[in-house]
Amino acid sequence: MMAKLLKHREALLVMAIAVLLALIALRFPAFVAPANLARVFNDTSILIILALGQMAVILTRCIDLSMAANLALCGMVAAMLNTAFPGLPIPLVIVTAMALGALLGMINGTLVWKLAIPPIVVTLGTLTIYRGLIFLLTNGKWINAHEMSVAFKALPRLDIAGVPMLSWLSIAMIALMFVVMSRTSLGRAFYAVGGNPHAAIYTGIDVGRTRFFAYSLSGALAGLSGYLWVSRYAVAYVDIAAGFELDIIAACVIGGISIAGGIGSVAGAVLGALFLGVIKNALPVINISPFAQMAISGTVIIIAVAVNARAERRKGRVILRKAEAV
Amino acid sequence: MADAQLSPRYIPDRLQGRGARLLKSWEALLVIVAMVIFLGNSLVSPYFLDPWNLSDATFNFTEKAMIAFAMALVIICGEIDLSVASIIALASTAMGYAVQLGFDTPALVAVGLGVSLLCGAINGLLITGLRLPSIVVTIGTMSLFRGLAFIVLGDQAFTGYPSSFSWFGQGYVWWVFSFEFTLFLLLALIYGVLLHRTNFGRTVYAIGNNQTAALFSGVRVGRVKFILFLMTGLMAGLASVCLTSRLGSTRPSIALGWELEVVTMVVLGGVSILGGSGTIPGVVLAALIMGMVTFGFGLLNVPGIVMSIFIGLLLISVIALPILWQRARRHFAH
Repeated sequence: MMAKLLKHREALLVMAIAVLLALIALRFPAFVAPANLARVFNDTSILIILALGQMAVILTRCIDLSMAANLALCGMVAAMLNTAFPGLPIPLVIVTAMALGALLGMINGTLVWKLAIPPIVVTLGTLTIYRGLIFLLTNGKWINAHEMSVAFKALPRLDIAGVPMLSWLSIAMIALMFVVMSRTSLGRAFYAVGGNPHAAIYTGIDVGRTRFFAYSLSGALAGLSGYLWVSRYAVAYVDIAAGFELDIIAACVIGGISIAGGIGSVAGAVLGALFLGVIKNALPVINISPFAQMAISGTVIIIAVAVNARAERRKGRVILRKAEAV
Repeated sequence: MADAQLSPRYIPDRLQGRGARLLKSWEALLVIVAMVIFLGNSLVSPYFLDPWNLSDATFNFTEKAMIAFAMALVIICGEIDLSVASIIALASTAMGYAVQLGFDTPALVAVGLGVSLLCGAINGLLITGLRLPSIVVTIGTMSLFRGLAFIVLGDQAFTGYPSSFSWFGQGYVWWVFSFEFTLFLLLALIYGVLLHRTNFGRTVYAIGNNQTAALFSGVRVGRVKFILFLMTGLMAGLASVCLTSRLGSTRPSIALGWELEVVTMVVLGGVSILGGSGTIPGVVLAALIMGMVTFGFGLLNVPGIVMSIFIGLLLISVIALPILWQRARRHFAH
């Protein structure tokens, strides 16, 4: 029973999070109060949405380093749209941000699909381009809270049944991704392409096009996150979410999504993001200096990778086990 | 990822002969790009061709290029090291700490290089000992090493380096040749020989092309990889000594984001990110190109972030153009 449970990475992660919460609760019982846990979830919502997009990309054996830059560009455009036309309905702003995000994702996807440039190179290039474009758009100027309309800033905080809209949106995205991954042929294709691209071709799956869709999806989610980030923190500037791409990948890796493609789940991505979220929210509470935070999340990533790799290794072809273990 | 034949270095081989091959090689393309940018620079600004200006321009790339040489070997053997910029920060912090303890220049350099070697050894052990994928291990150690620098430094800065220490980043060896540029040339030579003229270099290519085959032909894959991660660590340490000496201070945010610039330099130099191919001359040319682009834009007062757009476009287009060209030729041949 126990051994079976340990094989499921999601169960392992749930236990790890539970242990983590128990340890924090020993010193600060208030941290595990339902209201505070809901706050931690709300705080992690954007990371969850981004991790879901990154998961789709990583499953197809690609990587999207441009996600944070995409987020920043879409967030800035949403903010600019709002300052230029304060009367524009917010849903329209969100749709615009998501469409722009999807478009930027499609650029990545097209370069990977049609020109077959390695994904890490493509997204390394577009990362710097997208972030540079923000500067060209704004000339380095910030858009501050007082320039944004009230409705623009209010939406993520909008309270429905005691839970902010930001949390509801991430729950909606989790549900949506769950359906896509488990109930659609696209979701199956993500796994097939990552698991064995050559076999996928023989089953009639267009590997390049599947990757293109994965990038479009991650782009759209980055666009949505862009609006959410800018409206939540009520400020937009060139450097928002700088370096966040690595947090997103870390969340996926902690969640058991194999960087070699084909292995991973929606639950894993969500739990991985939540694990990072709990740590980030707990450190200030237990009086650990914010300066130690990077070191601790780095250690956590390494440990999580070590645990995950151990679970994955058994799957190699038996004949070459020794070689594959190198 | 894509198949090996789709790597950036795959260029059609219809023309025969050594000369033709040289003309069509990646390095030739880079030489042309470099010449265009050099000409462009000298046209847009009358100050560009001043030897002292050119010498100053070398600081834009020498420190990153030192790491890029070692990174090229790591990428050729199919791995990656994203922690190099954090190693710079940690080594620099250690040197700053040593200054407060009253260490002198030789001891400072030893501390910096020692810490960076240790960081490289940690990466190497995690990757080869525990057999973990290098991209995630080094994302982890990237946070870890810079986090340690933040723990030591907080929001402070270390200054007060001895005046003899400033020679590494500011000293000149001969007329306009700075110590850094000389070191860059020397390292280019050493790495060129190591990769292209020794058995060790051959095993690096072998591992990158087919790790299983390399193992079965008797290559000690784990040991070679460990040595390569030690090298990126050491080179990050050297870069840290030069950068810290040039800036004269240590902050935890030193060299932030350099890992991506170093990888960009290596890939632009024609090293396939999938492993197995690439040359040191290519990396040298890419370093010169990136340095000249940065310098030229600086002369034109273009902000740094706009330069990065250009570097991103350069990276993608230089890799996309040969593929498009090859496709166009195939299209018109039929």
